[in-house]
Amino acid sequence: MWAFLGSDCMFFGALIATYLVYKNQSLGGPLPEDVFDILTTSTSTFVLLMSSMSMVLAYSALTRGNMNGFRIWLLSTCIMGATFLGFQVFEFNEFVNHEVHFECSHLEDLTEFERTFADRCDGTVDEVFIEHAGLTPRTNLFGTTFFVLTGFHGGHVPLGVIWLLSMFFYSLRKGGITPAKHEEVDLAALYWHFVDIVWIIIFTVIYLFGVFPGF
Amino acid sequence: MTTLGIPIPKRPIHPTGVWDWLTTIDHKKIGVLYGVTAFFLFLTGGVEALWMRVQLTGPEADYVTPEVYNQLFTMHATTMIFLGVMPMGAAFFNFLIPLQIGARDVAFPRLNAFSYWTFLAGALILKLSWFLGGAPNAGWFGYAPITGVEYNPGNGIDFWILSLQVLGIASLAAAFNFIVTIINLRAPGMSLMRMPLFTWMSFVTAFLLILAFPVITVALIELMFDRFYGTNFFVTSAGANPLLWQHLFWVFGHPEVYILILPAMGIVSEILPTFSKKPLFGYPVIVLSGVVIGFMGWMVWAHHMFTVGLGPVANSVFAVTTMAIAIPTGVKIFSWIGTMWGGSISFKTPMLFSIGFIALFIIGGLSGVMHSSAASDAQQQDTYFIVAHIHYVLFGGAIFAIFGGIYYWFPKMTGKFLGEGLGQLNFWLMFIGMNVTFFPMHFLGLDGMPRRVYTYSEGMGWDYWNLVATVGSLVLALGVLVFLYNFFKTLISGEEAPGDPWDGRTLEWSIPSPPPHYNFVQIPTVADLDDWWRRKRENDSSLAPVAGSSEDEHDIHLPDPSYWPLVTAVGLFIGAYGLLYTLNIGTFTGFPLFAIVGGSITLVGITAWSLEPVNEPDSDH
Repeated sequence: MWAFLGSDCMFFGALIATYLVYKNQSLGGPLPEDVFDILTTSTSTFVLLMSSMSMVLAYSALTRGNMNGFRIWLLSTCIMGATFLGFQVFEFNEFVNHEVHFECSHLEDLTEFERTFADRCDGTVDEVFIEHAGLTPRTNLFGTTFFVLTGFHGGHVPLGVIWLLSMFFYSLRKGGITPAKHEEVDLAALYWHFVDIVWIIIFTVIYLFGVFPGF
Repeated sequence: MTTLGIPIPKRPIHPTGVWDWLTTIDHKKIGVLYGVTAFFLFLTGGVEALWMRVQLTGPEADYVTPEVYNQLFTMHATTMIFLGVMPMGAAFFNFLIPLQIGARDVAFPRLNAFSYWTFLAGALILKLSWFLGGAPNAGWFGYAPITGVEYNPGNGIDFWILSLQVLGIASLAAAFNFIVTIINLRAPGMSLMRMPLFTWMSFVTAFLLILAFPVITVALIELMFDRFYGTNFFVTSAGANPLLWQHLFWVFGHPEVYILILPAMGIVSEILPTFSKKPLFGYPVIVLSGVVIGFMGWMVWAHHMFTVGLGPVANSVFAVTTMAIAIPTGVKIFSWIGTMWGGSISFKTPMLFSIGFIALFIIGGLSGVMHSSAASDAQQQDTYFIVAHIHYVLFGGAIFAIFGGIYYWFPKMTGKFLGEGLGQLNFWLMFIGMNVTFFPMHFLGLDGMPRRVYTYSEGMGWDYWNLVATVGSLVLALGVLVFLYNFFKTLISGEEAPGDPWDGRTLEWSIPSPPPHYNFVQIPTVADLDDWWRRKRENDSSLAPVAGSSEDEHDIHLPDPSYWPLVTAVGLFIGAYGLLYTLNIGTFTGFPLFAIVGGSITLVGITAWSLEPVNEPDSDH
C-alpha cells in the first residue's frame, strides 16, 4: 500500500508540477481570482478533513471491538466524502457558468479579466453583464490544468467512498469485517488519509496561492 | 457457489489446451507467455529496423516514403522498448523471482495474469495501428506539440497514447505484485542480503516502474485530453510551453533506461558466478550500486535536453550528475571482471553472451560519458552517434544479457538444453553483426549524419559506412534466425536437462526441470547467500531435487485458475479503442459506446474477480 501511495504521489506530483509551470501563463481569463470562492472551498475542505478524523475514530473503534461505533464512524466518513464531492460538482458548475458583472462607476476594483470588458463602458451603459464568461478545460491554461488536477483528485474520492462503503456492508455480514481483520480497514484508511492530504496541498497551492497576491 | 446472491461462474478446474493458457495464474506459465509474446514482438521490431537499414543502404533510395520512414523509426523504438525488452525482462521476473526466493507463486497470481493480458492488449493496440490508418510517426519520445492534433491529425498518435496507457497499467500492476512478492514471500532465512542478485535488481526495477510510469501516464493523459477533448496543455497558441512535455517525458524516460538495463545486469550477475565457479565478487557492493543507480537515475533526465537552452547552470548540474552515475556502473563492471578473475571459466553460450554484454556495455557506457559533457553533446545531439550509443547499451547490453538468460534458464523452463553448437554460432553472428552495424554509426554521427532522416544526398561521405551498417544488420538478423532454428529444433529434439544442469548456485536449481506447478514440495530454509551451492558443498541433502511425484503433493494448496483477469483485460482493450472510436447518434456526437461497453466488461471482471472463492469446493488442490 505504501508503494501504491508512493506511486500515486508521482501522479499528483506531475499534475501539480504542470499546474505550477503554467501558473500565470494563461493568455486570457477567467483566472483564479475571478472564479475561486475561498469560503465555499474552505467549507468543503473542512468537511473532508473531518472525514479523516471520523476515519481515525472508526478504526480505533474497530480495534477496541466496538463494531457499532466502527459502522457509525465509517458511514459518516462516507457521507462526508460524498458531501465533499457534491461541493466539487457545485463548484465546477459555478466555474463553467461564470458570469462577469460590474458597474461602470467602479472600474478600479476590477480583476485583470474583467478589465478586458471595461471598454464596454462607453457612456451609454451603467453596468456590464457578460453571460458567457465561463471557465472550461478548453478556455485557457488555467482551466486546463485546474480541471484535470482537481478532477483527478475528484476521481480518487468516489473510489475511496465506494471502498469504504463496501467495508461498511461487509461488516454487516457475519464474519465480514472483524477486529481481527483490522488490517484491511487500515489500508483503506491509509488511502483515505492520503486523498485528504493531497487535497490540503491542492487547496493551499491552487486555491490559497491563487487568490492571495504575492504568490 | 454464490456470494451476495450473485451467481458467478465457477473457477475452471484443470482446464486443458487453450483454456489452460487463457486462465492460468501459474507464474511460470505467465512467464512463458510473456517471453514468447515479447520475442515475437521483438522480431517485428527487428523487421522494422531492417526495413530502415535497407532504405539507408545507399544515398537517395526510395524504398519507403518519408512518411512511412517516420512511422518505422517510431514503431521500432516503441516496440523494442515497451514490447520487447521490458516484457522479456518481465518474463524473467515471472519465471524466476518465486523460484529464486523459494515461493510457490507470486503474491497476487490473478493480478499477474491480468498484467500479461493487459500487456498483450497494449501491444495489439500499438501494432494494429499499421492496419488502421497509419502508425505513430513522432518518435518514441513523442515530443509535443508535434504530437498535437494541429500538426498530427491522423490517428497514429492516438494509438500510441492509448497503447502506452494500457501498457502502463500492465507494468504498474506487475511492479506492485513483484514488490509485495519479494517483501513478503521470501523463504525463511532469506534476508534481503541473501537474495539472488537477479531478484535484487528486479526489486529495484519494480520501484523505478511504480515511480516512473505515473509521470509518463500524466503526460500522456495531458496529451490525450489535448487531442480528444480540446484542452490546452501543449497548445502553444494558448501559451503552452513545449518544454513541459520534454521534462515530463524524460523524468520518466531516464529511469526507464534503467528499467531496461537493471534486469539485464541482474541476469549477468547470475550467469558469471555459475560459469566461473566462484561467488559473485563484491555482492553487497553490486547490490548497493544497483540501488544507487536506481536513485541517481532520477537526477539526470535533463541530459536529454542539453540543447534546448536550459542555461549553463542547469546544464552543468546535469552534466555532473550524469558523469557521477557512471561510478556505480563502473563498480559493477569491475565486480563482474573480479568475479571471473581466477575462476575456472567454462565458455558456454550463456557465459559468452554475458562477457559480450560486459564488453559492449563498456563501449556504450564510454560514449555515454562522452555526451554527458554538455558542450560535447551539442555536437552529438540528434546524430547517429547517439544511435550508436543507445544500441550499444540496449542491444549490446540488454538484449545480449537477455539472450544469455534465455540460454541459461531454458533448461529450467523446458527441461531441454538449447543446442550448444548453434548457440555459439548464434552468439558470434550476433556479436559480429552488432559491431559491424552499430560501430560505424559512431563515425557517421561524428561526420554529422542526423538521425531520423529517411535518406541523404550523395557526396556527404556517408555512403560507405551506411552500406557497412546495413550489411552488419543482415548478419545480426542471421544470428537471430539461428536462434529461432535452435529454439524450434530444441523443442522437437533437444537434449534432456537435469534439475541442476550448470552446477548452479541459487534455489531455482534445487528443483526438477521443468519445475512442478507448486515449485517446492517443502519451502526451503535458507542459511546463506547462494544457499543451494552451500548445500551441495556441505552435502546437506535436505533440499535435493525432488521428483514431481512426491506423496506430499496433494497437500499443497494453490489457487484455481481464473477467467476474470482475461475478461478484465479484454474490457480495457475494448474500452481503449472506445475512447477513439465514438459514435454519432442523431444530434449527439461523440457517443463513446465502445468505451462504455469496455468499461462495463472491466467492471464485471473486477467484481467477479473480487467475489470468486480461492478454490472451488470440489477441486482437489
